[in-house]
Amino acid sequence: MIDFSKNHFQLFGLEPAFQLDLARVEQSYRDIQAQVHPDKFSHAPDAERRLSMQWSTHVNEAYQTLKQPISRARYLLKLHGVDTQDETNTAMPTDFLMEQMEWREAIGEAKGAADAPELDHLGAKLRQAMHHLQDEVGQRLDQQHDYPGAAEAVRKLRFLEKLREEINDALETLEA
Amino acid sequence: MALLQIAEPGMSTAPHQHRLAVGIDLGTTNSLVATVRSGMSLVLSDDDGYPLLPSIVRYSESGGVEVGYSALAYQCSDPQNTIISVKRFMGRGLKDIPHSHEMPYKFVDAPGMVQIKTSVGVKSPVEISADILKALRARAEKALGGELVGAVITVPAYFDDAQRQATKDAARLAGLNVLRLLNEPTAAAVAYGLDNASEGVYAVYDLGGGTFDISILRLQKGVFEVLATSGDSALGGDDFDRRVFCWALEQSTLSPLNAQDTRLLMAKAREVKEDLTYHGDTRFTAMLSTGEMMDQPITSHTLAELTEGLVKKTLTPTRKALRDAGLTPEDIKGVVMVGGATRMPHIQRAVAEFFKQTPLTNLDPDKVVALGAAIQADILAGNKRGEEMLLLDVIPLSLGIETMGGLVEKVIPRNATIPTARGQNFTTYKDGQTAMSFHVVQGERELVSDCRSLARFELRGIPPMVAGAARIRLTFQVDADGLLSVSAREQNSGVEAAITVKPSYGLSDDEITNMLAASRDHANDDKLARALKEQQVEANAILEAVAGAMATDSALLAPDERAAIEASMDALTQTLNGADHRAIKTAIESLNQASEAFAAKRMDASIRRALTGQKLADIGT
Repeated sequence: MIDFSKNHFQLFGLEPAFQLDLARVEQSYRDIQAQVHPDKFSHAPDAERRLSMQWSTHVNEAYQTLKQPISRARYLLKLHGVDTQDETNTAMPTDFLMEQMEWREAIGEAKGAADAPELDHLGAKLRQAMHHLQDEVGQRLDQQHDYPGAAEAVRKLRFLEKLREEINDALETLEA
Repeated sequence: MALLQIAEPGMSTAPHQHRLAVGIDLGTTNSLVATVRSGMSLVLSDDDGYPLLPSIVRYSESGGVEVGYSALAYQCSDPQNTIISVKRFMGRGLKDIPHSHEMPYKFVDAPGMVQIKTSVGVKSPVEISADILKALRARAEKALGGELVGAVITVPAYFDDAQRQATKDAARLAGLNVLRLLNEPTAAAVAYGLDNASEGVYAVYDLGGGTFDISILRLQKGVFEVLATSGDSALGGDDFDRRVFCWALEQSTLSPLNAQDTRLLMAKAREVKEDLTYHGDTRFTAMLSTGEMMDQPITSHTLAELTEGLVKKTLTPTRKALRDAGLTPEDIKGVVMVGGATRMPHIQRAVAEFFKQTPLTNLDPDKVVALGAAIQADILAGNKRGEEMLLLDVIPLSLGIETMGGLVEKVIPRNATIPTARGQNFTTYKDGQTAMSFHVVQGERELVSDCRSLARFELRGIPPMVAGAARIRLTFQVDADGLLSVSAREQNSGVEAAITVKPSYGLSDDEITNMLAASRDHANDDKLARALKEQQVEANAILEAVAGAMATDSALLAPDERAAIEASMDALTQTLNGADHRAIKTAIESLNQASEAFAAKRMDASIRRALTGQKLADIGT
């Protein structure tokens, strides 16, 4: 019944691209939720309430996908028929894997020494590295249309994302 | 040009009357009910002018139930039958309850949720909470002079699915129509946000009697978007009382305490804590049933020292919520304090130090949640168009499924905006496997044993296939109340199974329905008359809704679609004045069906309209 054939970009009235005006995504998201959210249908007949929940769920999903760089890139690649193979393709360049090991060692050491400031510092450094990679993803997707290259950069981002989770977990353990 | 709409006689387009709706803060220590009157949210007081209802229920041997201050009077003399802080037991098993061995109750460890043996029989926390809610409902109906259309009930943001389900069931059992379960910090933000017309990112620090919540929200043009929430559903003002109580015992040499004296000293500990909020020092004095006397001086400095660990314990979730929101304390424009416990000066100091700003305390921290809930209830009841307000809330804890080796596969991550749905694919691991069992859990840890078990269910009747050939799609749906339902479907055969995740506590859905029916004291009331009235009310509501939709959006319909809807409306209007409630029900269903496609088109159109800012008429179909 609901027309879910539009892709997430179309849903928000945007051209598919990695480099997005996030403020506009946010505004569209709020405007649409203001129309479809279950709170607007608490009196409506059952059919409308069901529709409202489905729509609201769908809009949340679309917003989450577009808001986060990794999921946005993955989604764009899917629209271009490219699977990022996050889980299956773990063949990464050697220098990248070396970097990963260095990161892990540094995090492990800071964790072992219960050094929260160092963990914070590593977190900030990691954010920078992620920004660089995101720029690369944007270049490859929007300018060069190099989808396999973009997919590899996304896989790299996933690695860094896991490092970030590791840092956050370590901080959480220290704070507890 | 738009034509003027003229209603058919009997078709309700009369200027709709104010619908009675309330917001209820079902608290650990105190509960409140509030409503919106002439645009102002206000707490409804009892006959003696007290706004708070102590969340205390006493079951006396004569079968009577006392709630609030009258029950409070018995908390020391009849502790086994006088239940305090029942919220801490909602959706909890005996092993989940800290210090349960020190409590005076006769616990019955039932699967799913603990129960309490009282002089009138075994009571579940759901029933006890329902008794509190009934008292609030009676207060509201008396004050407002009519039956309530519904209520918004608040829950701690950090409540898990079991605790939310239990709360919703308690409300149903109290005969309340739940318009929405609303997170307490969000309710507080609504009360503050609308008052202060502020924009920016706010933190709500909510330390109640038994729970701690921290929510980070962005307020912008009437949209309250929760960015992250965290907390501790077993940390609250009660724990501060306990520290004072333990300190007092250490200071004295009393013989072992009986249940009455334990309760007495706990109550005194609370008084001492409250005293020290306003005074630098006080005395802990009590006369025990043994004739022993307790008299200890205590300073606010000592209280701060005793409870320093507890205050620190609130800052851990606070940091976590900020991190989840990707923010630092500097990004927070204001900190709203909620819950009576936040009156303690040393808590305010710690929060001020953490966020580097003075927290906002201009609304009564005991009332702010109920006030916000009432505003939301007023909108949901349809009294206000409410187009300017929208609440976008999140789930506090990740939802997942058990996989091989007792590990958790997360399906929906914490802080996902609700409503939300997520699917996950599974397959069989044995040739010819015809059933698959699922274990739904909630929590952040990797091991199932460290998470809360929510439900187990089975998908049966999978056609025999080789291992790995079945395609089973598991779907988690969390609704706007934060409640989870799970369904599983084998894609090749279409075999399905679905459950609403619910904690068991000795009451089935049918039993609740029966209890409700029995509790309605309509001795002379004809069941049929009631059913008829209910259907008529519903029929009028749907007729009004569809007529309204037709009046604004009938341009979206093809002539035959329009005719079909009008025919269904006519049919319903015809049966409406008859005496057959089943016929009305059938007519409602067919109108529902006839207008379903219309509803979808309207929703599509409203989205386009929202994006383009155009009027519907300019878009066309």
